[in-house]
Amino acid sequence: MLRDEDRIFTNLYGFESPFLDGAKQRGDWEGTKELLDLGREKIIELVKESGLRGRGGAGFSTGMKWSFMPKKTDGGPVYLVINADEGEPGTCKDREIMRHDPHKLIEGCLIAGFAIGATACYIYIRGEFYDEGSNVQRAIDEAYAAGLIGKNACGSGYDYDIDLHRGRGAYICGEETALIESLEGKKGQPRNKPPFPAMAGLYSRPTTVNNVESVAVVPTILRRGASWFAGLGRPKNSGTKLFCISGHVNEPCTVEEEMGIPLKELIEKHCGGVRGGWDNLLAIIPGGSSVPVIPKEICDTVLMDFDSLREVKSGLGTAAVIVMDKSTDIVKAIARLSKFYMHESCGQCTPCREGTGWLWRVMDRMVKGQARVEEIDMLLDVTKEIEGHTICALGDAAAWPVQGLIRHFRPEMEKRILDYRARADRGGARMAAE
Amino acid sequence: MSAPTEAAAGTWAFTPENLELAKRIIAKYPPGRQASAVMPLLDLAQRQNDNWLPRAAMDYVADMLEMPRIRAYEVATFYTMYNLKPVGKHFIQICTTTPCWLKGSDQIVEACEKKLGIGLGETTPDGQFTVIEVECLGACVNAPMMQIGDDYYEDLTPETTEAILDALARGETPKDGPQNGRIRSCPKSGPTTLIDQAVRVGVKPAGQS
Amino acid sequence: MPKLTIDGQEIEVAPGTSILQACEQMGIEVPRFCYHERLSVPANCRMCLVEVEKSPKPVASCAMPAGEGMVVKTDSELVHKARKGVMEFLLINHPLDCPICDQGGECDLQDQAVAYGFDRGRYAENKRAVRDKNLGPLIKTIMTRCIHCTRCIRFMDEIAGVPVLGATSRGEHMEITTYIEQGVNSEMSGNLVDVCPVGALTSKPYAFTARPWELRKTETIDVMDAVGSNIRVDTRGPEVMRVLPRLNEDVNEEWIADKTRYSHDGLKRQRLDRPYVRGQDGKLRQASWAEAFATIRTKLAGLPGTAVAAIAGDLADCESTVALKDLMAKLGSPNLECRQDGAKFDASKRAGYIFNSTIAGIERADAILLIGTNPRWEAPLVNARIRKRYLQGGLKVVASVGPNVDLTYPVKHLGAGGDTLAELAAGKHEFLEVLKGAERPMVIVGMGAFQRPDGAAVQHAARAVAESVNAIREDWNGFNVLHTAAGRVGALDIGFLPGEGGRDLEGILTGCASGEIGFVYLLNADEIDGAAFGNAFVVYQGHHGDRGAHRADVILPGAAYTEKSATYVNTEGRPQQTRLATFPLGEAREDWKIIRALSAELGQTLPYDSLTQVRRRLAEMNPVFAAPDRVTPAKWGAFGKKGKVDGGHFVSPVTNYYMTDPISRASVTMAKCTETFLKPALPAAAAE
Repeated sequence: MLRDEDRIFTNLYGFESPFLDGAKQRGDWEGTKELLDLGREKIIELVKESGLRGRGGAGFSTGMKWSFMPKKTDGGPVYLVINADEGEPGTCKDREIMRHDPHKLIEGCLIAGFAIGATACYIYIRGEFYDEGSNVQRAIDEAYAAGLIGKNACGSGYDYDIDLHRGRGAYICGEETALIESLEGKKGQPRNKPPFPAMAGLYSRPTTVNNVESVAVVPTILRRGASWFAGLGRPKNSGTKLFCISGHVNEPCTVEEEMGIPLKELIEKHCGGVRGGWDNLLAIIPGGSSVPVIPKEICDTVLMDFDSLREVKSGLGTAAVIVMDKSTDIVKAIARLSKFYMHESCGQCTPCREGTGWLWRVMDRMVKGQARVEEIDMLLDVTKEIEGHTICALGDAAAWPVQGLIRHFRPEMEKRILDYRARADRGGARMAAE
Repeated sequence: MSAPTEAAAGTWAFTPENLELAKRIIAKYPPGRQASAVMPLLDLAQRQNDNWLPRAAMDYVADMLEMPRIRAYEVATFYTMYNLKPVGKHFIQICTTTPCWLKGSDQIVEACEKKLGIGLGETTPDGQFTVIEVECLGACVNAPMMQIGDDYYEDLTPETTEAILDALARGETPKDGPQNGRIRSCPKSGPTTLIDQAVRVGVKPAGQS
Repeated sequence: MPKLTIDGQEIEVAPGTSILQACEQMGIEVPRFCYHERLSVPANCRMCLVEVEKSPKPVASCAMPAGEGMVVKTDSELVHKARKGVMEFLLINHPLDCPICDQGGECDLQDQAVAYGFDRGRYAENKRAVRDKNLGPLIKTIMTRCIHCTRCIRFMDEIAGVPVLGATSRGEHMEITTYIEQGVNSEMSGNLVDVCPVGALTSKPYAFTARPWELRKTETIDVMDAVGSNIRVDTRGPEVMRVLPRLNEDVNEEWIADKTRYSHDGLKRQRLDRPYVRGQDGKLRQASWAEAFATIRTKLAGLPGTAVAAIAGDLADCESTVALKDLMAKLGSPNLECRQDGAKFDASKRAGYIFNSTIAGIERADAILLIGTNPRWEAPLVNARIRKRYLQGGLKVVASVGPNVDLTYPVKHLGAGGDTLAELAAGKHEFLEVLKGAERPMVIVGMGAFQRPDGAAVQHAARAVAESVNAIREDWNGFNVLHTAAGRVGALDIGFLPGEGGRDLEGILTGCASGEIGFVYLLNADEIDGAAFGNAFVVYQGHHGDRGAHRADVILPGAAYTEKSATYVNTEGRPQQTRLATFPLGEAREDWKIIRALSAELGQTLPYDSLTQVRRRLAEMNPVFAAPDRVTPAKWGAFGKKGKVDGGHFVSPVTNYYMTDPISRASVTMAKCTETFLKPALPAAAAE
């Protein structure tokens, strides 16, 4: 288990003030100028060395992403955009950073922005997070007042503005190009790539979009050293991570742990175990709604990091662990996710617009068993027709939970169909007899 | 979808205070990129207008930002937080996505429906309450939960839900956050991490009851 | 120049070429719905997916630039599976009501479904139904058929410049709409019917009237304005069923304006299908050709040529105009006029009355000055070309002296009238610096600048402006006249103008009032108040019972533009030919033949018996007619008349876009458009 002194988010539960006084006591904004003095190249190099992979779900190397930004520009604006549109079902980690430790984010924004040569930063927060946004705004105001950002930020000679932008209710805006569109005042419809945001992002200017957690850990990484961060977890899966464990555990919570912690240990150590004991576990969605569900036998041993979960055909995603005990109607649990994706599809491209609705309607029948057994294969086929054919990853995200369900719970689906048929036949026989 | 109900008056405008605020919001974005302000301005308009957005207000905002009105309609219909018809004074949004559903959001919906005598998507005849179902609000470790206005009410049971509705009906503002006594997203029986910090502020860590 | 391999063949393409375009260059067909070569690329339909080596997922070929060394497969198992999937998704909520769909037989979805559709549906759920939208009298909507390709939205945003269409809501609830149930108020809206790949947007007037395979298609030219849009007229039997655009990059690209597309129902109303003669009782009665001719002969007998006048109107074709000119010469009349609107420009130099830069040349201009014109209503396609130029970037400014109206692109309004032009011509206006700083400045003068007593002085001033800003050079002629009448430039090229001692329009009308003119021949001239002819004997030749016919003493029924092979010269000076799509009505005849027949009756037989011979005569009159479809550049020279330009406002001659000539005035569809789009904005009298 991660030692308390190795935790980055030391005010995760808001025991102390989230604001500048508290933040400074926790070590934020300490020697920030010296960190900036390392220079763009060095900062990026250190972040690469730390092994930090994006905390928004895709797990791409943060340092690598920064290095894609043009080294020299025409002098026009360059943007850092923070993806604080946390909306992946199961996920509520960035929320804790923003409401309890917003200065970690603001300081991270300054350093990340400096590293990519940004001239300004927008933090795009989901609109429902009203209080969280207010805390971030207050932290921004405090940072301006203290000269930490704005003109000559931290006395570094670097001018840098940060503004908060509130979303208005659209999961898809968590997709980076949809977020950019939304920030430009349009519907959140993902863009085709290329061009990639690093070439033409916000207002067609070079842009990096980073998740809150990815950026908020950077100041601590630089202070404590890349090797410290890299030394936690496993190679290529390093550092600490915020886990949100929801569902059928005794003590649902958000907690910072070491990457690669066994799933079972995570739940037993921090969440008081599965409701009714580990043996009462049915399945877990280990990384937010978009990743495939894994059954208990896999949960018994799997480690919570990118590569381990990929090996079992799931993913770390946002590290949002949704636990389901044996009382769970697993088909309904996944069907509800299908409904979510149908609701959140932006409607722009064909496979997602049409396919997500189709998936949900079939899944809805599967819940009742009101289907034919062959339709399970058809359902799988429809997920394959969506997967990989859409502009953004929402299509994949809609397909994978259903694929995971079929992979691990096909017998349950078949049983339900046969039961329904049997009931219907009995009903039919009774009617015929009357 | 059909055209929304129109405000009685044909014209709509920001109050002087909100107009000032709107100007400050527009100034956040680079010159010529004022369309970026459409979402916050529509939000401001909705807040000024009893939490719903009449077409006249969309037109007003679009005109102010020099963007085609249809672009504002697109935005207003795309994002779920814009209400295109009037809603109750207390706008209740119950999350029913899987993490909340696993923890009994059906019972929370039921409690609301029973207490208020209305179904999802409906408003009480006195205009006090509107209840709708929403997708994940991002407070999953505090499931089940609902949002009323800007506030999150978490770790709900049917009983605490009813208590909240009662308080609202009495004109009180019930305390938001977890309704089961826990500290935000910390494990209910105490933190398993950040022990020093907890002790410093007098919170008992887990296993030390 | 990236080199890539597509289906095993190497190809080198220009940088920025998409994979889809590269495939097209190789003749490989890639199915698509959302992609349209003249619109932005959203890549939302996903039909054009191809396999690209090393790419983990199939790639939307319309949006992916061809890259060096790419290996593309368009015919692999993966590609077929992907496209079949997309097709299935497109069809699950499509009503499959092809038998009652007007798009049937020319539907992209139908066509591609043959190639990529399954033989049965697997979608067992309820289909989506979408409420239809009211887009006005031209566009019919059946929104359940919509496949959300957004071509219509992009067309309105980008080409038409009237951004009123959008996609509201999201996911499967996304709908194409104006949201406020208003008509699509653009002169270009009919093109939506063409850009829609399915039957969601179809032509309202054409609804349920015909199937494409029962139509005869005639490639011809439009005469509703002076652009000369290339069109295809689809007919069934004697009836024009619809008008569609034909591709001509130099003129109309692939668009046409709404009047061009929709006014053809005017061809069925108010038609003149037999000769008429006004009787002793003052009433018009049906007559035979012989009777009509005899009446004219009697009237002309003994009348000196100087008492005879002829006016060629807006829809007059070149063949009949030249015939009438020759006939008038034989009758000894110098009183010819083709400017029935009273425009006073000097036509002595061709460069002084044509659109020298050419319409396609607009795309090379970098500063444009409009004088006395509202191009959006006078020539929507010229306006669309200016908008296109604006969107390309690099156009410094469009400025206007004259009407201050929304032209769908930013316009710097310098002033309303002659005073501003006078300042410009005198070199006293600061805007001249902008024009001088431009590489290819362009001046566009509309008829509104000429339809006033000082028209020739205005022309002179406009020339002075063009010359002073270096708009007239060996490699660039930036002086342009924007005509509104299809027949005008042809008549000017023929020289249908007052001869030695002849009278212009004003002179003719004065003569009519004083009795010095006793006979007026109106060839398709309908824009003059009948009372102005006094007691003169009026012959009207034309196809509609409009203003000219009402005043006429003898009516000679001619052919409309769809009913004859005739030449029209557009505003650029481009002679183009219409083709006969249906026969003239009843006893009506092709117009040049009427004049040829009359000439014989009058004992002044014209020396041509066939269309070929008339056209030879045209070419003899002016060599530009020998080069059809091309613009013969005009030599520069001095034109206009030096004089004071009155300070008064320039007013566009078009007060109602939808009704500008006898055909569109007879059109029910155009009347509905007037009602829908203009009545709310116009005072009652002006909307008439």
